[in-house]
Amino acid sequence: MTTTTAPAAETAATKPLPRQPWNRHLLAIAVLTVLLIPLPLILPPAQASVAVRVLIFALMSIGWNMMSGFGGMFSFGHAAYFGIGAYAGGYLLVEHDVSPWIGMLVGMAVAAAFATLIGFLALRYKLRGAYFALATFAFAEMLRLWATNSEFVNRAVGYHVPLRPESSWWWLQFEPSSANYFWIALGLTVIALVVSVQFVRSRAGQFAKAARDDEDAAAAVGIPVMRYKLLTMALSAAITAVAGAFYVQYFLFIDPDLAFGSSVSIQAILPAVIGGVATIWGPVIGAVVMGPLNDVTATILRNPPPALEFLQGRGGLDVIVYGVLLIIIVLLLPQGIYGALRKRWSRR
Amino acid sequence: MTLLRVENLAKSFKGLRAVDDVSFEVTEGSILGVIGPNGAGKTTMFNLVAGALRPDTGRVHLGGKEITGHAPHRITAAGMTRTFQLMRPFYSMTVLENVTVAVLAGGAAKRTAREAAAEVIARVGLDRWRDSPTEGLPTAALKRLELARALASKPRVLLLDEVLAGLVPAERAPVMELLERLRTEDGVTLVFVEHIMAAVMRLSDSVLVLDLGRVLTSGAPEAVTRDPRVIEAYLGEDPHAQA
Ligand SMILES: Nc1ncnc2c1ncn2[C@@H]1O[C@H](COP(=O)(O)OP(=O)(O)OP(=O)(O)O)[C@@H](O)[C@H]1O
Ligand SMILES: [Mg+2]
Repeated sequence: MTTTTAPAAETAATKPLPRQPWNRHLLAIAVLTVLLIPLPLILPPAQASVAVRVLIFALMSIGWNMMSGFGGMFSFGHAAYFGIGAYAGGYLLVEHDVSPWIGMLVGMAVAAAFATLIGFLALRYKLRGAYFALATFAFAEMLRLWATNSEFVNRAVGYHVPLRPESSWWWLQFEPSSANYFWIALGLTVIALVVSVQFVRSRAGQFAKAARDDEDAAAAVGIPVMRYKLLTMALSAAITAVAGAFYVQYFLFIDPDLAFGSSVSIQAILPAVIGGVATIWGPVIGAVVMGPLNDVTATILRNPPPALEFLQGRGGLDVIVYGVLLIIIVLLLPQGIYGALRKRWSRR
Repeated sequence: MTLLRVENLAKSFKGLRAVDDVSFEVTEGSILGVIGPNGAGKTTMFNLVAGALRPDTGRVHLGGKEITGHAPHRITAAGMTRTFQLMRPFYSMTVLENVTVAVLAGGAAKRTAREAAAEVIARVGLDRWRDSPTEGLPTAALKRLELARALASKPRVLLLDEVLAGLVPAERAPVMELLERLRTEDGVTLVFVEHIMAAVMRLSDSVLVLDLGRVLTSGAPEAVTRDPRVIEAYLGEDPHAQA
């Protein structure tokens, strides 16, 4: 394509291409990482553990956002991948004495494989929107039931991570208040963020976005839509699996509900929705809101104030709080916190 | 040389024969105009040829190779691309990003894709809107975007579904010029569905007339538009009147 009418060619040559935001995102990630490193040394232990919780939420939701935000395939079953990550780590460590780092890699691979399989079936039978979401939910529930009833993974008991006499990076175990947990979670989250920036700017990420916007038009310009959707799902599942694998090592315990329960799926969705779906920073910002909230609801359930005594020992409060939060966000900030801020900035 | 050959193509939707035994050939470097009243099956025929729909029967050959029932992205890779009658931009992207994705899908290196896309955009006269989001673009710009995105994959055969519809006459002339230049300068073979008869008369080497899913007639533009059956199919209106 060389020939153009003279005036058009001139403007094309003189008008520089717009700058792309990717390097700015990477720079922001780097700066934030450096700023956050001293955090666990400053915070009191209780707050430091909330900070770790924030990072776990962020990881889960960065994964969810890749498939459901950038890829546009709404998952209501990311507990499946979180749980696979958690159980792969727990099973390999407890039954076979394998390092949690290797368990994490295995969990990522298994989660990616499962996501590809489920994705293939769902896309093959052309499930869309609510039907697609229901299929992902059903799959997570299947895994939950399987884990609850299978001797292979200890049925409803799940796994307790055995305590070791000494701290160890290889076994990912430290003093309960050790700053190392925070730093590891931070490192994993930063890697996930960088991966999501690199994904969105990549050929694969651009194709996934195009397929989300209009599948037929994407196919018409030559994009193998199915292949890139499956790739997006696999990557998404692998990231959420990392969160699960880390979770087990941090809380030293996993059971079918904690791994595959539907509130886990909601925890993967909410940070991105609060912060901004299909944005790089949305899941992180949302997780900063969710982490403390999760802590508050857990405390209330454990030690309810007199007026709420009937809640003592009951579960489900967190889900109610999430639901209310979701309604508020959808009504007030349909594009999430980051989406709303970005709109305001660009208007100026 | 015949570049695109369509044989006995048929497609029914729940008993409605939208495309019924349609055959035609397109010579490399030529322009075929496709006309026919609303609902004649023109868009459905494009969907069958471009792989968006699977035909019930019939075959499609591109450059001597059979491509019947291939997935649309494979047909694009094989050198044939289509535009959509109802414009279908990637709504979350700017014009430049829309075309860049198409350039990338054609296999271009990431480093050069944006420049290549900017060139295509300049060529279709979309420069003014290059960095705008597609949301809220005027119809004329969206039609050109359809064209730019299709051109980005450097097709040998371009299937255009009413790229002039919705444009005011002043906007049509440059697009028609562009289509002519695509043929003369780039050697692109064009098949275009159009209701605007002035464009059909000016651009087409030959014209295919569809009615109720069937080929009513085909041939040189002057002969076809004088055919009484064609005039009849347009409900007695003189098809020239629409230009
Ligand atoms: N997906 C579909 N399902 C059912 N019927 C369809 C479908 N697509 C097209 N049709 C029907 O097939 C017939 C041909 O439609 P088509 O869109 O191909 O016509 P067209 O010649 O492109 O018309 P226009 O000039 O209005 O664009 C119409 O009766 C239409 O209602
Ligand atoms: Mg049509």
